This record gives sequence, structure tokens and C-alpha cells, in this order.
Amino acid sequence: MNALRRNVLKGAAGAGTVAVAVAAGLLKPTQALAGVPRSAFEAKSVGDALKNMGASGPIDSKDITIKAPDIAENGAVVPVEVTSGIAGTSAIAIMAEKNATPLVADFSLKGGAEGYISTRIKMGQTSLVRAVVTAGGKTYTAAKEVKVTIGGCGG
Amino acid sequence: MHMNRREFLQLLAVAAASGMALDSKSALAGNAPSNFYDVPRHGNVSLLHFTDCHAQLLPIWFREPNVNLGIGSALGKPPHLVGQYLLKQYGIKPGSAEAHAFTYLDFTEAAKVYGKVGGFAHLKTLVDKLRAQRPDSLLLDGGDTWQGSATSLWTDAQDMVDAGIKLGVDVMTPHWEATFGAERMVEIVNKDFKNAGVDLVAQNIVTNDFGDQVFKPYVMKEMNGVKVAVIGQAFPYTPIANPRYMVPDWSFGIRDDSMQKWVDEARAKGAKVVVVLSHNGMDVDLKMASRVTGIDAIFGGHTHDGVPQPVQVKNAKGITLVTNAGSNGKFLGVMDFDVRGGKIQSYKYRLLPVFSNLLPADPGMDAYIKKVRAPYESKLSEKLAVTDDFLYRRGNFNGTWDQLLVDALMAVKGADAAFSPGFRWGTTLLPGDPITMERLMDQTAITYPETTLNTMTGEMIKTIMEDVCDNLFNADPYYQQGGDMVRVGGIEYTVNPNQTIGKRISNMTIKGKPVDADKTYKVAGWAPVAEGVSGEPIWEVVATYLRDKKVIKGLKLNEPRIIGVGKSNPGIADYKGGVS
Repeated sequence: MNALRRNVLKGAAGAGTVAVAVAAGLLKPTQALAGVPRSAFEAKSVGDALKNMGASGPIDSKDITIKAPDIAENGAVVPVEVTSGIAGTSAIAIMAEKNATPLVADFSLKGGAEGYISTRIKMGQTSLVRAVVTAGGKTYTAAKEVKVTIGGCGG
Repeated sequence: MHMNRREFLQLLAVAAASGMALDSKSALAGNAPSNFYDVPRHGNVSLLHFTDCHAQLLPIWFREPNVNLGIGSALGKPPHLVGQYLLKQYGIKPGSAEAHAFTYLDFTEAAKVYGKVGGFAHLKTLVDKLRAQRPDSLLLDGGDTWQGSATSLWTDAQDMVDAGIKLGVDVMTPHWEATFGAERMVEIVNKDFKNAGVDLVAQNIVTNDFGDQVFKPYVMKEMNGVKVAVIGQAFPYTPIANPRYMVPDWSFGIRDDSMQKWVDEARAKGAKVVVVLSHNGMDVDLKMASRVTGIDAIFGGHTHDGVPQPVQVKNAKGITLVTNAGSNGKFLGVMDFDVRGGKIQSYKYRLLPVFSNLLPADPGMDAYIKKVRAPYESKLSEKLAVTDDFLYRRGNFNGTWDQLLVDALMAVKGADAAFSPGFRWGTTLLPGDPITMERLMDQTAITYPETTLNTMTGEMIKTIMEDVCDNLFNADPYYQQGGDMVRVGGIEYTVNPNQTIGKRISNMTIKGKPVDADKTYKVAGWAPVAEGVSGEPIWEVVATYLRDKKVIKGLKLNEPRIIGVGKSNPGIADYKGGVS
């Protein structure tokens, strides 16, 4: 692997670290990200988080792809990638629905950036991982189940 | 020649009583004809496949399950057919050698007549015989080759690495191999395999940090001028079902999208035949075949299903054949393709049972096995007890061997209940057989054998049972891990496999009393996946118990009552625990 790719990827891993720190409560969300209000990150339910983000009633979309493991290898660092094919995507948020505070991260995409984010999140139990995409003033959503299991007993 | 079941049993009884074993071509005329292993070559591209031999170098007995339930769309379809249902599906004559190989029916009687199965010296003879007609064929090893016996554990997998090389393996993919640790795996691949020209392929093992391939995703071979790609698919849930700390820097998973990418790349580079050597398990393979296009055949393992013929799976661009080749060296899959005009015109597949008495031992392999076992012979042959009971493991819920393990755990540890993992490997013993240290190690030889005694609430016990049950019976195969249900000693329960997680297990009782969610119980177990657990190895605990008992007799098999699957479910038969 060349040095340039390593550096680029290091940058990406750095972004992931921010999100994990937020999820773990190590960093106040308001310090890390300015996009959505702090109350959204503190909300205890998906509905409240959406409401506090100003994103109530998002539309289900097939143009959002979530790439995450079917079964997490380690619930403390679950890799999640979200790709939005919706034109004018300006923000992508991730929720782990059954976490105590479901909103894990919210990314603002500026200057025509590609609708793609990659990070690692912490999950306490099996749950839907939900992506919430903002585009042209509307919100869209899609979800994928990630199972967190006790392990052992295979084959 | 056709016999009905009664006639067959009479013949078996006579044969067994007179000490006759099927060591010649004539013992049961028509059942194992002299041309049993004559498999004329079809076409011009041939792949031989064995999988999940679990380090059994010598012939053994292995009983197929009488419970192998299919969930959702898998109901009543291969591989979820047991006993008579399987025979009917594939037109196998009851009482024939194949019927004995593919089912549990009349096992103890038939085993005495047909003798043991597998063994690398016998497998070598069969491989060489088939390769004589197929000089440029490939031999594929589906993994779970290095684990499952005392000698593989004690030689740090070296006995099996060398045996595989001597057998003529060309390409391999891993699962339990990883439990020798990432460093050991890499050492074997870079040294032993490299020197011998063996490729270990796994498209779904990448580094945690940068997502780089750890091993080659596939290899391209040429046979009779036809380019053939073999893509590797390791067991996707290795770091979950087995200890994560043993492969800390690697990520696995199913990875359909990258599978598609490698298939497309192989085709673009001129492959006319693209196959996957898979340790997904059959249900996962069937789903993958419906989603990924351009694969001609998947040679599968992990779930230990002896499936006589491939399942043809339709997808957006064609058909993929999905096979599964059983376990314990009991079978060798033979796939012949006729490739002309740049594509496969037709195929012929056989899953050949390896009857040791019908295949002379290859002298070279035989000598190697003797040599590698010699330093351990006295330890292996220690007679711990004799069993009056029939001891087997395979089945969705429990086996008598596992009952023996949980009985021993509860007795030695003074526990209210015990858990034993739902492994699908482990050999079979007939009534009257001695239980040697070697046979005990067949059930227990792993690199994390520690036993534990924990205090658990009733609620926690239920959570664990629900969790494992979901790994087995989740309606979506991609969430299945391919083991069987955790074996439970001391706790009786009812299970509804068609329910969802949290709702499958009910009516749990300990010593006749309902399990109290808040009460604590002492629960023994073994094979912890967490790091840093200490405890006496399971084989020591069970050996202590066996030496004390001397004779194993009247084991009471604790099987759950099964509800919601129907009385005529083709995935269950001769079940004593109650089914509706």
C-alpha cells in the first residue's frame, strides 16, 4: 500500500474516532459537530432524536445504501458506511435505534461533496442501524439490522 | 436386488452375529457393488472436494442427524431432510451402502456390516484412483481440517498440514484453522503451503484497519486449456463463534459485494469456470447463490450436510450449483464439467462415501499416519471406560456424547446445570466400544478447552439459550452461524424454532421446578470465547468422570419438546423428546 493511501485512510479512521467518542459520551456532541442541536444527541428515543433534529417523518428511500455487518464482530466498533444516491444530499446522520441515546453521528456535507460517509459506531445490543439523509430540505431514511450476539458455539 | 427394511435388518442381524463385516465385494451383494468406486470421467474439467474432516486421520464412525430442521423457506428442502425423507428425495435404496452413509437409519446395525468410514490412507487411495482418470483435476479442501483430534491439537496442526499436502490438496479455505491463532495460520501458509504449492484462499478475510486482503481471494488454474477460478470463502463468523482474540486484526463477514467483484474479475481475466470453495454453511451458500451472479458452483461445508446432489439455485444471470460434502472424511465430492465453446455444457456430480473396508489403505499415507501418531499412542489408547450406550453428537438439540459431557460437568463441578457448545464435529461410538482418551479428544480437542463454573440468574440462562437458538434458527440464513443448539444439562425446556429471538424457549425447569428469572443457579460450561479465562480442560474433567464410572450405561438424553414445526416435518424423525 502506498503512503498516500495510508494517510488518506488515517484521515478517515480519525473521523470514525470522533463518532465513537461521541457515542461513548467522551465528547460533548456540540463540541464535535455543529450541525444538529445537542438535544438531538441526548434524546432517548428515535422519535425524539428525529424531532430534535427537525427531521420528523422522514421518507423511506431505496436510494440510501447502508453497509454494515449482519452480525457485529465487536459491538464496541461496528463499521458502518452510508451511501446516499439522493441529489443534493447535505447531511447524513446515523442512529443505533436501541442505544440509550440513539443518535450516534451527524455529518454535514458541503460544497457538493459525495453522499458517502464511513465510520465506526458502538452498539450495546441487536438493533436497526438507521441512516437519515437530508437533501433539498427534505429528510429520507433507510435501516439495516445489525445483530450483536454473545458468541461461541459455532460449528 | 431389493430388500424391504425388515429383510435388511434381518440380514444385518445375521451378518453382525456371525462377525461378518463388509470387507469384500460380496458380503451384501447389490448393496455395495464391486464397481462402487468406478466413476468414469465426464467432460474435461474436474474438481474433487472434501470438507470438515476435523483432523480424523484414521477411519471412524459418524452418525448423521435425525434432527436438522429447515426454517422459513428452507423447510423440507435439502439439506433439511433426514432419514427416509432424504432417501426418498434422492431415490436411494433403503438398506443400501449409500443409505447407511447419508442417514442415521439403523445406524448401529449397519455400521457393523459396512465398517468404518474415512481415514486419510483410504481417502488417498480414492483420490488417486479418481485422479488417474482425471490427471489435471483439482483437489479442494473446504477447511476444518486442522482441528478435531488429539494429534492435531498436540502437534499444533502440523500432522494435518502434512497430511493435506500428502493427500494432494491444491486449494483450501479456513474456519477452525484460525483457532490455532493468526500467526500460526500465516506461518503455515507462507512456509508449508508455499513450499508445497497449496493455495489458501479467502476473499472475506481482510485487515481491520485498512480492509486489505489477508490471503489471496482466489486462484486461477488451467485444466485442458480451460481457465478455472477458485474463490475462497472462509467461515464468515469466525471471530464471533470462536475467540475473537485469536484473530484480533482480521475482519470476516459474508461480503457478497466483494464476492461479486472477484467473480467479475476472474471472468474478465478469462475464467470459463468460476467456483467458490466455501465454509459459509449450506443455507448461507444457497442465499449467496441467489444474490451473486456468475458462479458456476459452490463447494460448501461447515454445516456438515452430506447432500448427494447439488441444489440448482437461480439468480439474475443464470444458475449456480450448491453442494455440501458432509464431514469427518466420510465423503469425497466429484464434480465433472464438460466445458466447450467457452462455457459449461453439462455436469455430473457424485458424493462418494469413503468406506474404509472397500478401499485399501495407501501405503505411503498409512506409514505417515503411524509415524505421526507413534509418540502419542499410549496416551491416545488409554481406556477410560466402556460404553453400553450408543454415543453420537450430531443433531440440532442434543446427542448422547454431549449428554455425557454435561453429565460429567455437573457431577465434577457440582453444578445445577451445564452448557456444552453445539459443535457438529465429534465421532460416534457403538454400544460395547471402549471410550479411549482419543475418542474423548474427538469431542473436545480445541485450543480454548477451559471449563467454567458461573453463577447465573434464570434470566441470564434464558438469554443465552435464546441467543444461541437465534444463531441456529434465524429465518434469514445470513444471521445463522451454522452450529447446533447449545447442549443443556439439568434444564428441561420447550422450543419453538419458528418463533423470533426471546420467544423460542419456554417451560424451563430445573429438577422439576420452573426456572426463576431472579434466582441464581450454578452453571458449568466449557469453550469460553473471552480471553483470559482459566479452568481445567474439559477432557480432564470428563476423563475423571469416566475413570470413576468405568461403564457408561442408561444415559438419559435431555431433549427439548419441540413445538410449531409440525409432526410430519422432513427435518425430524424418530425424535423422543416430543414434536408437534
